[in-house]
Amino acid sequence: MIDRTELWIVIIGLGLGSFGLRFVFLGLVGDRPIPAWLMRHLRYTAVSVLPALIMPLIVWPAANDGQPEPVRLAAAAITLGLGFYFKNPLLAMVVGGVVLVSGIYLTS
Amino acid sequence: MDTGDLRSSYIKGLRDGAPFILVIAPFAMVFGVLSKSAGLNVLEALAFSVAVIAGAAQFTALQLMQDQAPTLVVLASALAVNLRMAMYSASLTPYLGHLPLWKRGVVAYFLVDQAYALGIVKYEREPDMTNGERFAYFIGTITPICPLWYGFTVVGALVGAQISLESGLDFAMPIAFLALVGPALRTGAHGAAALVASVSALLFAFLPYNLGLLVAALLGMMAGAEIERRSEAT
Repeated sequence: MIDRTELWIVIIGLGLGSFGLRFVFLGLVGDRPIPAWLMRHLRYTAVSVLPALIMPLIVWPAANDGQPEPVRLAAAAITLGLGFYFKNPLLAMVVGGVVLVSGIYLTS
Repeated sequence: MDTGDLRSSYIKGLRDGAPFILVIAPFAMVFGVLSKSAGLNVLEALAFSVAVIAGAAQFTALQLMQDQAPTLVVLASALAVNLRMAMYSASLTPYLGHLPLWKRGVVAYFLVDQAYALGIVKYEREPDMTNGERFAYFIGTITPICPLWYGFTVVGALVGAQISLESGLDFAMPIAFLALVGPALRTGAHGAAALVASVSALLFAFLPYNLGLLVAALLGMMAGAEIERRSEAT
C-alpha cells in the first residue's frame, strides 16, 4: 500500500518539477538568442530522445517478460520504415498498429 | 492580426493532433487501471494526470512507489524521465520565446511529447508563421490530446479491470513515437543521432534511475550536431 503523504508529495513535487523543466528555457530565456552550438544540439533532441525512450521497450517488452518478441519487433520496424519512406505519421501509426494487433492475435 | 489566420492555424493543429487520440486514450486508461490496482482512488489518479501530464514519468513514479522506493528516489527518477521536456522547451524557444509570459506558461504546462513533435516539425517547415499562429497551432494540437489524457485516466481508474498486456496495449507508445521519428529523419545527421541514441539506450539501460535515457539522448544529440558541423565545414 502506498503511503498517502508520500503519494501527495510525489504528485505535487513531480507536477511542479515537470512544469519547471518545461518552463526553464521558454520562460526564463524568452527571446534572448540561444548560442549556435546549443541550437545545433537541440535540433537533434527529438530524434535522439524519442528513440532512446522507446528502444528498451521495443527490444525488451515487459509483456514478454523482457525478452525480444518477433511480432513487436516486426511492427516496430514496419512503422519506422513506412514513416521514413512516406513521411506520413498517421499512415505509419495505423499500419503499425494493425500489424501489431493482428500479429498478436495470430500467434496467440 | 487577421483572426482568420489564427483560426486556420488552430484548426490545422487540431487536425494534426487528432490521430493521437488513438494513442492517448488507451495509454491514459492503462495509467488509470494501474493506479487503481496500486490502491489510488479516482481523485488521486486524476490529480496525478493533471499535475504531471507525462505518461512515462507517471508510470515510473507509480512503479517505484509500489516498490517502496524512497520518496526522493521516486521524484528524481520520474523527473529524470522528464528531463527531455527541458530540451523540448529550449528547442521551441526560438519559435515561441517572443510570446507574452502567460502564453509561454500555458505552452510549458501543456508541453507533451506529441505537441512538441508536431510543433517543432511545423515551425521548421513553415518559418513564415507569426508568433500568434504558432501559439494557435500549439493550442490546436493539445486540444484533442490533454483533455483526453485526464478523461481516460478517470475511465481507467473507474473501470479498474485488469487490462492484459498481451493485447498489445503496452506497445501503443512505441508505435506512436516510431511513426513520428520516421518522418523526422530528414538528413544523415538526423539518422545518425537516432541510431546513436537507440544503440546507447540499450547499452546504458543498466544505469539506475533511468540515467541511461539521458546519456543516450545526449550522445545522440552530440552525434547529430557533430555531423552537421562537419558537413557545413566541407
